[in-house]
Amino acid sequence: MGKTLAEKVWDSHVVRKGEVVGAEAQPDMLYIDLHLIHEVTSPQAFEGLRLAGRRLRRPDLTIATEDHNTPTLDIDKPIADPTSRKQIETLRANCREFGVRLHSLGDAEQGIVHVVGPQLGLTQPGLTVVCGDSHTSTHGAFGALAMGIGTSEVEHVMATQTLSLRPFKTMAITVEGTLKPGVTAKDIILAVIAKIGTGGGQGYVLEYRGSAIRALSMEARMTICNMSIEAGARAGMVAPDETTFAYLKGRPHAPEGADWDAAVENWRGLVTDDDAVFDAEVYLDADDLEPFVTWGTNPGQGVSLSQAVPSPADFADENDRAACERALEYMALEAGTPMKEIRVDTVFLGSCTNSRIEDLRIAADIIRGRAKDPAIRMMVVPGSARVRLEAEAEGLDRVFKDFGAEWRFAGCSMCLGMNPDQLAPGERCASTSNRNFEGRQGKGGRTHLVSPVVAAATAVRGTLSSPSDLDPVPPSGSGMGAPGAFATTPSATPAA
Amino acid sequence: MEKITTHTGIGVPLRQSNVDTDQIIPAVYLKRITRTGFEDALFAAWRKDENFILNREPYTRGSVLVAGPDFGTGSSREHAVWALKDFGFRAVLSSRFADIFRGNSGKQGLVAAQVAQDDIELIWKVLENEPGATVTVDLQARTAVCGPVSAPFQIDDYTRWRLLEGLDDIGLTLRHEPDITAFEATRPGFRPTTLPVRT
Repeated sequence: MGKTLAEKVWDSHVVRKGEVVGAEAQPDMLYIDLHLIHEVTSPQAFEGLRLAGRRLRRPDLTIATEDHNTPTLDIDKPIADPTSRKQIETLRANCREFGVRLHSLGDAEQGIVHVVGPQLGLTQPGLTVVCGDSHTSTHGAFGALAMGIGTSEVEHVMATQTLSLRPFKTMAITVEGTLKPGVTAKDIILAVIAKIGTGGGQGYVLEYRGSAIRALSMEARMTICNMSIEAGARAGMVAPDETTFAYLKGRPHAPEGADWDAAVENWRGLVTDDDAVFDAEVYLDADDLEPFVTWGTNPGQGVSLSQAVPSPADFADENDRAACERALEYMALEAGTPMKEIRVDTVFLGSCTNSRIEDLRIAADIIRGRAKDPAIRMMVVPGSARVRLEAEAEGLDRVFKDFGAEWRFAGCSMCLGMNPDQLAPGERCASTSNRNFEGRQGKGGRTHLVSPVVAAATAVRGTLSSPSDLDPVPPSGSGMGAPGAFATTPSATPAA
Repeated sequence: MEKITTHTGIGVPLRQSNVDTDQIIPAVYLKRITRTGFEDALFAAWRKDENFILNREPYTRGSVLVAGPDFGTGSSREHAVWALKDFGFRAVLSSRFADIFRGNSGKQGLVAAQVAQDDIELIWKVLENEPGATVTVDLQARTAVCGPVSAPFQIDDYTRWRLLEGLDDIGLTLRHEPDITAFEATRPGFRPTTLPVRT
């Protein structure tokens, strides 16, 4: 019987097969090719090494960046919050002591760990990648087996470059067809999560397949794999193909010359065999998909943008009904309210889900020549310093600033509000991030997860919207008219 | 790690599904660089409500949390396990745990016992009828006993063995260091390294 992609990567990394004791196999010892580190989940692991007198086995397979705590304003000044500053300083001291490469605030390669790895070309097909962060699943877009781990496991990888893991089950998520304009990878993954639930992927590695997935760019595939964890899965993967190879070619850490040829030959084998069997299969039709948004307080509580807020009575399961009731109360929403009538205060474009250059381009294309709803605060936080530079070279920063959005420095920012970028109690946000948990973006804050397309349209109209809800862009007259001219005019109200 | 065979303590019924790690410990508490001292951070937002169960006697002394399905979803933060342990919890019962949370619990000596939802409902009823009733989590027998309810639970053999023996994971792996070194010699040359820095 053939193997799935996940099984191939797994099998090629087994250092030691777990013995079968009684009815159950012990975990396999897996080799880890790339260990990504950031300031929040590493200090206790470094301390553990130090206390045990252990070395970090492979600094050359380890890289660190500062992202969760870092401010997105005034990055040339000392970090104001003393506990954040201390955590960052601790990472710097630890990386110096253990010889780990670190990209600090101000460095062109600093940024969200899951943006930095791929952009440097370190994330490659067939690797095992881990990080003390659940969204490590992002790197699976390259056909890597990439998992989030806890701090004890971070320490374990530091000391041994291995992890003891029990094999996962495999689930195929097949998405066939063609996405309509304005429908994105984010909508695919939100629809998948709504379909299988936040626990549906538990114990599985997901493999995204089908024509709609093949048609996606690498960055879009990263968006999908990123949120595998929101479906409860440990990892998500896409088989590498020409899109993958083209993305990697020429990146700083991509193989070169004969190594490139050997690598590509190896990577071409990283596909699920025709006769391989998945433990579970899920189908989704891309043709039918619409922009998807969440109404509740877990990522499975989502609907199409054209639908309404559900009622607790819509749920058969008692736990789901109670969860709906609680979510509506927290979100201050009435059942039956059309999603498009929900007015938001803030739009956040950023996070490891949607902060790459394509995300910024998509949003900029929608707002260019349009006026922001004056009541909306919009924050744009590029995923890395490199993305920010790239956007500025294309003039995207001007588009955002002329629109009235805040153009910030790179980091996790308002996705989890560990830095000063937080929602106030009761503040409602359309966010391109990945979690709408209670208080996630700031205590009492209310989050609707959306795509960059919906985020941009919402910033124009003030309520959750897609570009099809917007008036056409006003003609630019001489063609030289500053886009800023529109920023001061009130936004068009939707036709009554 | 301390050995665990059986634990008996006050059961805390938390009738809620999808208790994510942002609820167990909000991100603002993750800035600390220690592994202990997180008791104040446990369920920090919910504990602002004086009626929240952990603010009420006898649950302030609770040590077995009995929660709804999909416990520990979301962020990988091991701080969630540290906070539960620092507060006094030794075991969590749920019909479904998030993978990373379950793994983190096993590393830190918190028993994540997977109990069928029907049994969870029965245990909730006992605990709600008799506040302060205890739950006995027997790792040897893999049962959780609460009043008349005796519920079997699942936990994987390897984690159970490590908890029963109190074994340190890294130490176990390093017994096989020659295997790691041998594997490293076989890795393809095209695999990337982070050093030296290339730009």
